[in-house]
Amino acid sequence: MVSQDKLCELYADMLTARYYEERLQEEYLEGKQPAFDISAGPIPGELHLAAGQEAAAVGVCHHLRADDTVTAPHRPHHVAIAKGVDLKRMSAEIFGRKTGLGKGKGGHMHLFDPDVSFACSGIIAEGCPPAAGAALAATKRNEDAVAVAFLGEGAIDQGAFLESLNFASVHDLPVVFVVEDNDWAISMPKERVTDVEDGSDRAAGFDMPGIRVDQDDAIAVYEAAGEAIGRARDRNGPTLLEVQVHRRMGHFMGDPQTYRSDADEEAALARDSIDRLEAELRDHGVDDDELDAIRDEAESRVDEAIAWAKEQPHPDPDDAYDDVFVNPPSGVTTEEPEFELAEVNADE
Amino acid sequence: MSETDEVIDRELTMSRAMVESIAHEMREDEEVFYMGEDVADYGGIFDSTQGLLDEFGRDRIMDVPISETAYLGAAVGAAQEGMRPIAELMFADFFGVAMDQIYNQLAKNTYMSGGNVNVPLVLTAAVGGTYNDAAQHSQTLYGTFAHIPGLKLVVPSTAYDAKGLMHNAIRDDDPVMYLFHKRLMGIGWMPAPSGPKTPVPETDYTIPFGSADIKREGADVTVVTLGLHVHRALAAAESLAAEGIDVEVVDLRTLVPLDTDTILESVRKTGRLVVVDEDYRSFGVTGEVIARVADRDLGALDAVERVAVPDVPIPYARPMENEVIPDADDIEARVRAVASE
Ligand SMILES: Cc1ncc(C[n+]2csc(CCOP(=O)(O)OP(=O)(O)O)c2C)c(N)n1
Repeated sequence: MVSQDKLCELYADMLTARYYEERLQEEYLEGKQPAFDISAGPIPGELHLAAGQEAAAVGVCHHLRADDTVTAPHRPHHVAIAKGVDLKRMSAEIFGRKTGLGKGKGGHMHLFDPDVSFACSGIIAEGCPPAAGAALAATKRNEDAVAVAFLGEGAIDQGAFLESLNFASVHDLPVVFVVEDNDWAISMPKERVTDVEDGSDRAAGFDMPGIRVDQDDAIAVYEAAGEAIGRARDRNGPTLLEVQVHRRMGHFMGDPQTYRSDADEEAALARDSIDRLEAELRDHGVDDDELDAIRDEAESRVDEAIAWAKEQPHPDPDDAYDDVFVNPPSGVTTEEPEFELAEVNADE
Repeated sequence: MSETDEVIDRELTMSRAMVESIAHEMREDEEVFYMGEDVADYGGIFDSTQGLLDEFGRDRIMDVPISETAYLGAAVGAAQEGMRPIAELMFADFFGVAMDQIYNQLAKNTYMSGGNVNVPLVLTAAVGGTYNDAAQHSQTLYGTFAHIPGLKLVVPSTAYDAKGLMHNAIRDDDPVMYLFHKRLMGIGWMPAPSGPKTPVPETDYTIPFGSADIKREGADVTVVTLGLHVHRALAAAESLAAEGIDVEVVDLRTLVPLDTDTILESVRKTGRLVVVDEDYRSFGVTGEVIARVADRDLGALDAVERVAVPDVPIPYARPMENEVIPDADDIEARVRAVASE
C-alpha cells in the first residue's frame, strides 16, 4: 500500500507539472498570435509539453534520490519537476535568461541540473547510453545510486536504446529504462512504425525484466517502478518499464494535428491521470480543503518560479563565447586575427 | 536571377517548388520513392512532402520508424539496387545517429568498388537556425558533409533554384545531399524573408551542379555565400549601395562541386572577397572558398574577410543566437572593412 502522504506528494507534483505547462503555454503564445511565428515572444523555439504524461514521471521519480541520475528526452518538464529540478532556474532557462540552469544556452530541450543529477537531450533515445554510464559509474565506485532513462515509445526503435539495453544487461547495470507510451511519435502512430504492441516486450531479447503499466495511473506506476528501482538498487540488474500515458496536446506547440482524429484526441482528453489520483485521494478520505491546499501550493510555487524567471536578466550577446570548454585551451580565439593581404601581396 | 527568359507569373514558396519537382520525378519514374519521419500524413515537418501522400500513397511516401541508421542505410541499399530513393533526415543535426551509413557507406561505396557500384540516393535534410531551437536543432553542417569525398551537396536559396536543383539531384547517378534551410521554406509557422519565393516554371528544368549564380552584380566587393545568407547578403548589399559600395553576391548553390571559376571571375573584378556562412567558422566553407581563390590567384585578392559562426554551438537565448549567427549588419561591417582597405 502506498501511504496517503506519498499519494499527496505524487498529486502535488502532478498538479505542479500540469499547471506549470499551462502557464508556459500562455507565455509561449504571447507574441505568436494571431499568426504563429516560432521565433517570436518571450519563449521562442520549439516547445514540447507533456500534459497527460505526469503519472509516469512522478511514479518513477518519487523513488529516486538526488544522486540517482535521470535523463529525459525532448519532452522533459514533468520529469524534471518530479526529479526535483530547481523550478526557478529551470524556468529562467526556458525564458532564456542568464540565471537559468544553462545560462540561457540550452533552452527547454537541454536542461541540466547536476545538483539533482538531471539532464536531457533533444536527440531521440540519446539519453539512454549516458544513463547506462551513470549506472556504470555507480557500480565501479560501489555506490548504491541508480539511473533512469526516460524515452517515448517512438524511441524504442532507435539503436541507442537497443544497444543500451544490451550494454546494461550484459554489465548488470543499475539502470531502469522508462518508456512513456503516448501512442504517437509526432504524426506517426505507434502501430505504423513498431511491430510490437507492447514495447516492454523488447526486454525479453536482452534477458531483462520488462513490465508494462497499462493505464496512466500514478499509483500503479509507483508500485511497478518501486520494484524496478529496488532491483537496480539491490544490484540485480536493469529493467525496462513501459507506461501507457496520453498526449493531450500536439507534439509541439503550433502542431496543427491534422493527422489525428478527433476521436483519438477526445479519448486522450477523457482520461486524466490527475483526476484519477484525485478520486483515489478522496477515497482515502482526503477532503476538498486538503486538495485545494495542495493545488494552491502547487500553483503558487509555479507562479512564483515563472514570475522570478521573467525578472531575470537576459544574457549579454558576448556570453555566447563562454562555456565551450571548462578549461579553454590556449590558442583558441573567438576574434579573427587582423591579416593584411594587400601587404602580403605587396611583399611578393 | 532566373535563367529562363520567358515571363512567369506563378510564384512558389521554396517548399512548393521542391515538392513539385519530386512529384514530377515520381510520375516519370516508378523507382523514385520518398522515406522519412512524418513525411506521409504530416507532409514533412518543414513541408517538404506536402500533398505527396495523396497522389502517391503509402508505398511511395513512406513514414519510417525513428531508426535513422536503418532507413538511411536501407535507402543506400535500395539505391545500389538501382532504385532512386529520396530519404529525409528531419534535421541535419540528427545525422550523428546514422553517421556510418552516410560517411562510410553512402559516400564511399562507389569509390571502394572501383566505380562498379553507384548510389543514386538523394538525402534531404533541414538545416539552419534563427528561431532559437538551440544547439541540437540549428546547425547547418555544410562543412561536415562537404568534407567527406563522395557526396554531392546542394543548398538552394530560392524556389527557382530549389526546383531545378532537385530535378538534377534525383536524376544524378551519385549520392546527393540536398540541404534546405528551414527559414526559406515558406512554412506557415516560420515566416520566410521575401527573397526565396520566386517565379517558377511549370515545366521541369535542371540546374547543373557546380554552377554558382550571381544573385546581384556589383563592381566593388564580392560576397560569396549560400542558403539563407544569400538573402542576408542581398539585404546588406541594398543598404551598402546607399553608401556607394557596389556589392556582387555569388550564390554557390552547390558546395560539391564548387564553382571556383565563377568566384574567381568575380574576385578578379572586385579584388575584395567576403565569404559568408552559417556554419562554424573553422575548417569549413569560408576557409575553403578563400583557399581556393588564394591557390588559383592570390594576386587577385586585395582584401578578404569571412563571416561565420564563431566556433561555438548555437546558443538558445535570442541575444546570444543573434550574436553568433551572422546577420545583414555583420555582413555590412565586413564588406565595409574590405572596401576601405
Ligand atoms: C534522432 C532523432 N530523430 C528524429 C528526431 C525528431 N523527433 C523529435 S520528437 C520525435 C518523436 C518522438 O516520439 P516519441 O519518442 O514517442 O516521444 P513523444 O514525442 O511522443 O513524447 C521525433 C521524430 C529527433 N529529435 N532525433
